[in-house]
Amino acid sequence: MTQRWQGILMYAIMAVMLALVGIIQGWSNALGILNLCLISAIMALGVNIQWGYAGLLNVGVMGFAALGGLAVVLVAAAPVPEALAAGGAGVMWAALIMAVTVVVAYGVWKLLPPSTARAWALVAVAAVGSVVAGGFYFPATDAIEAVDPSLQGYLGGLGLPVLVAWVVAPLLAAAAAWFIGKIALGLRADYLAIATLGISEIVVVTIKNEEWLTRGVKNVVGLPRPVPTEMEVRVMSGFDRLVAWTGLSVNELSSIVVKLGYTALFAAILCALLFLFQLALHSPWGRMMRAIRDNEIAASAMGKNVTRMHLKVFIIGSAIVGLAGAMLVTLDGQFTPGGYQPLRYTFLIWVMVIVGGSGNNWGSVFGGFLIWFCWVQAEPVGVWLLESATAWLPDGSGLRAHLLNNASQIRLVLMGAILLVALRFMPRGLFPEKTGV
Amino acid sequence: MENLANALVVLSNFVIIPALAYGSQLALGALGVTIIVAVLRFSNFAHGELMSFGAMSAVFAVWVLQWLGISIAPLSTALLALPVAIVMTVAIALLTDRFVYRFYRVRKADTVVLLIVSIGVMLAMAGIIRFAIGPDDRVFDDGVRFIISVADFKALTGLKEGLAIRTSQAITIVMAVLCVGFVFWLLKYTRIGKMMRAYSDNEDLALLSGVNPDQIVRWAWVLAATLAAIAGTLYGLDKSFKPIVFQQLLLPIFAAAIVGGLGSPVGAVAGGMIVAFSEIALTYSYKKVATYLLPEALQPDGMLQLLSTNYKYAVSFIILVAVLLVRPNGLFNGRPS
Repeated sequence: MTQRWQGILMYAIMAVMLALVGIIQGWSNALGILNLCLISAIMALGVNIQWGYAGLLNVGVMGFAALGGLAVVLVAAAPVPEALAAGGAGVMWAALIMAVTVVVAYGVWKLLPPSTARAWALVAVAAVGSVVAGGFYFPATDAIEAVDPSLQGYLGGLGLPVLVAWVVAPLLAAAAAWFIGKIALGLRADYLAIATLGISEIVVVTIKNEEWLTRGVKNVVGLPRPVPTEMEVRVMSGFDRLVAWTGLSVNELSSIVVKLGYTALFAAILCALLFLFQLALHSPWGRMMRAIRDNEIAASAMGKNVTRMHLKVFIIGSAIVGLAGAMLVTLDGQFTPGGYQPLRYTFLIWVMVIVGGSGNNWGSVFGGFLIWFCWVQAEPVGVWLLESATAWLPDGSGLRAHLLNNASQIRLVLMGAILLVALRFMPRGLFPEKTGV
Repeated sequence: MENLANALVVLSNFVIIPALAYGSQLALGALGVTIIVAVLRFSNFAHGELMSFGAMSAVFAVWVLQWLGISIAPLSTALLALPVAIVMTVAIALLTDRFVYRFYRVRKADTVVLLIVSIGVMLAMAGIIRFAIGPDDRVFDDGVRFIISVADFKALTGLKEGLAIRTSQAITIVMAVLCVGFVFWLLKYTRIGKMMRAYSDNEDLALLSGVNPDQIVRWAWVLAATLAAIAGTLYGLDKSFKPIVFQQLLLPIFAAAIVGGLGSPVGAVAGGMIVAFSEIALTYSYKKVATYLLPEALQPDGMLQLLSTNYKYAVSFIILVAVLLVRPNGLFNGRPS
């Protein structure tokens, strides 16, 4: 029971900290942080189900989040009919030919006995397929990118409501996870880590460079939103009375209302996931996963297919990360491929899971809140600390300028230190996993 | 005949020599990774940052030397700074081992836990490096740029194409050969090398035979950090020093180590070369080579580039996937999976 009260107390402290931000830095600001806390918590839940339930190392969180973001563009962005007419068919043909190539390569792999001849046959199939597909692909993508490049220059999306993307995003991430899991699961644990690191780099490089698909570093802006815009809020009936009642400015209040809309959406999804994950954790399935994690040999002796279960849980976790990635892009209203950095999207999430408590869903959610809060607040605090620490240096001092310029890097050191301290002195996290349930 | 010579020169200039230099850098990095896997039994994700730390130390030392007016022109001052960089990197590696990794080693923590610990070290070290030197690009090569420049080569041979060998490339390759030779000699013939291999093969038996594990671990870090400092400095010399690059190098370095077989030093070197050559060979545009080799009627219109250079890291990944599918223990049989 004490553990439960401890947990409630920690959540209460977190709420107070967010409220303090609201009072000091403004409520709009606090809600902005809260929304990202909610998304971080969902990402942390996804990583927790992989690491905490099953002991799988996913070092490619960034890639799955980026795929989720891509799903938003593909589903919700406005279609560009001219681009589709210019190159849609070519891209389709290229994709079809690549699909056929993969099928043929698989057939060769299965039918021929393992030999050097098979290896060369595979290389030949891949080479022929790529060259033929390239013949369709490059002219088509050039044509697409030539369509009004400053505003469009990409295929656009389906123009569906953005919430549909929240269903597609997990599927896209799950497909990538299936591919990686098939290759790397069942081998040494660090192979999965390297393979996921690899796929995440590839995903990000692809979305940065395939302009016909994502506009690359030119970004896709103006994605549709699931909640009304500030302008729409301002003309709603009763908004005047709300302004009068709260005493806030129209700008501030409309931004707060919009952010509250996002908060409600995100919180609903977080609660639903948390509920499902808690159910799963206490079900026979959850007990089996923990049994596999704690002793793979014993579990497989009991007839559990360890690799298959690992694949399942890896796919589920990655799908959740994909969903969170889609929510993030929805919140921003734009897709910025240049913004995907592993430190922010992969390693920060790991700090959340470890600090919160591996294997404990409430812990992961709390970790998501706490670490995101620290990450956001560390920058101003770091700058302030350095400013006071270097106040004695003369004004034009080069050292002072250098230190202040690089002050934002302090938060990386802080995150590393938090992770190391947590692993050393609190390896089970703030919310230790309950054993023997 | 002249056409063939020209084609070969183009190929050497743009593929073979850069790949040899890049492969040397990767090989040194992968060798460090593999030594840590063999002795400490975990994949050190902080290895890229260790290289970055080495390069950063070299940059600082170069600045101090330049300020003092010391140089070894025509060679780059960085060579003089290298010992300082090595000492600093070894020191930081031993310090992290003492204050971070040892705790888990003593408790025989799971390798996966150590991997996560190394992620923590990576984050902290990345922050320290960026705080100390800033995230910008820094060029610190102040030596003579070319051993043979394009113009010299053309005058010498009378060929239409020129071959340029940059000093940094030559230094990289020579240093890599020396380092790899030294590491292999150390592992094969010296007492400490034999103890290291024994410890790596079977920890319990080695301990029973009187091997001191602390000594082995210390030596492993000294070796890995030395190689990391050299690899990082050479990479910075060859291109430029930019902290974020080393994080991106993690993938090719691990791909090299896994392709060769984690824990196998020969494999690390071979893997480094395989990754570097495939990366550069697949992203090079062969149009110029084709103009010399093919008759005019068959001249291609395109760039004859298999893959855009943006996708160079995809090459490491594809090699990695292929090896994991076909030979998960690597080409040179590393530690079993």
